[in-house]
Amino acid sequence: MKAANKPATPPAPTWPLDIYKVFKQIGIRQIAYVPDAGHTQLLKRCHADKNMRAVSLTTEEEGVAMLAGSWLGGDRGALLMQSSGVGNCINMFGTIRECRFPLLTLVTMRGEWGEFNPWQLPMGQSTPAALENAGLVVQRVDDRAMVGETVFAAATMAFQTNRAVAVLIGQRIVGFKDWSK
Amino acid sequence: MAQTKKSNLDRRVAVKAILAERGDALVVTGLGSSSYDVGTMDHPNTYYLWGGMGGAAMIGVGLAIAQPKRRVLVITGDGEMLMGLGSLATIGAEKIRNLSIVVLDNELYSETGMQPTHTSRGVDLAGVARATGFAVADTTSTLPELKSWIPRLYSTPGPLFLDVKVNANRYPLSIRLRDGAHIKNRFRESLLGSKAFD
Repeated sequence: MKAANKPATPPAPTWPLDIYKVFKQIGIRQIAYVPDAGHTQLLKRCHADKNMRAVSLTTEEEGVAMLAGSWLGGDRGALLMQSSGVGNCINMFGTIRECRFPLLTLVTMRGEWGEFNPWQLPMGQSTPAALENAGLVVQRVDDRAMVGETVFAAATMAFQTNRAVAVLIGQRIVGFKDWSK
Repeated sequence: MAQTKKSNLDRRVAVKAILAERGDALVVTGLGSSSYDVGTMDHPNTYYLWGGMGGAAMIGVGLAIAQPKRRVLVITGDGEMLMGLGSLATIGAEKIRNLSIVVLDNELYSETGMQPTHTSRGVDLAGVARATGFAVADTTSTLPELKSWIPRLYSTPGPLFLDVKVNANRYPLSIRLRDGAHIKNRFRESLLGSKAFD
């Protein structure tokens, strides 16, 4: 096959790198995560960074507790998860709120734009309300060019005001899930 | 199977012996009786949980990563640990060297009416910890045995897990420190000094 006939591959999106740059700028040292396809590139970078410790969790609420501990010890951290993980965190968010721990969490959304899996809709659709009910400030981004700036703004609020802030990264940014892979 | 004869060890005797040798260790307690026990020997570098059941061990993880030169000791109960079993897998996989977990295991949910926990029916917490990759994991039920463990809690490369079988003695709530933000801020100020406000 001639090279010209190969199907075009879209260039890798740059927004994961934008998040990584913000992490470095604000001094994030601990990453707690349950993997999501949308965070693949970012997680690779965090794992490769000798000044960061990226910890894979069995369930997202572990990450909420871990980041409380990181703050107690003087480290800034971030929790990466998919929207389906938000429900797993609710009771642990109570500890964050009672103690006024700062918390930065980046939630990649499912169950909204172009979702094909009906089982993703119940948690995906209730994610913003669930977070707000648990006392988090919720900030949403749907434009790839705005991801870095939004995460920076959320991190500033979280660490300067001792509040929990969630950035919802719209499913439109992450893109359709390709089930051929 | 961890279930053996009932232990005669009193939880407060056990906690007093453990904390007497804490040195500069950082302590995290699980909600309920464990917080009350540890509260009898209050210290600014103790972070007490009054909620967040199942989270004590993972708070220990974040703290241990942030403070690699300090030993972090999590003291919690069997019910609290059972709610966070997955965190044992995370700790085993991450091999957190400066983390020790002590479970005060009375095989009961003391706060809610003394209902039996799974450890009363043979679930072996130290066995779980061992299977997830803890460097050291064991069960003890007597004071002399516990005393021989105490120096190791603060020095042996971890992650270390010690299930301390205790009797069903209950004590009146003795700790008055309840405000979460205060407990957090006191801990950070004591540990980090002026950097606590950066």
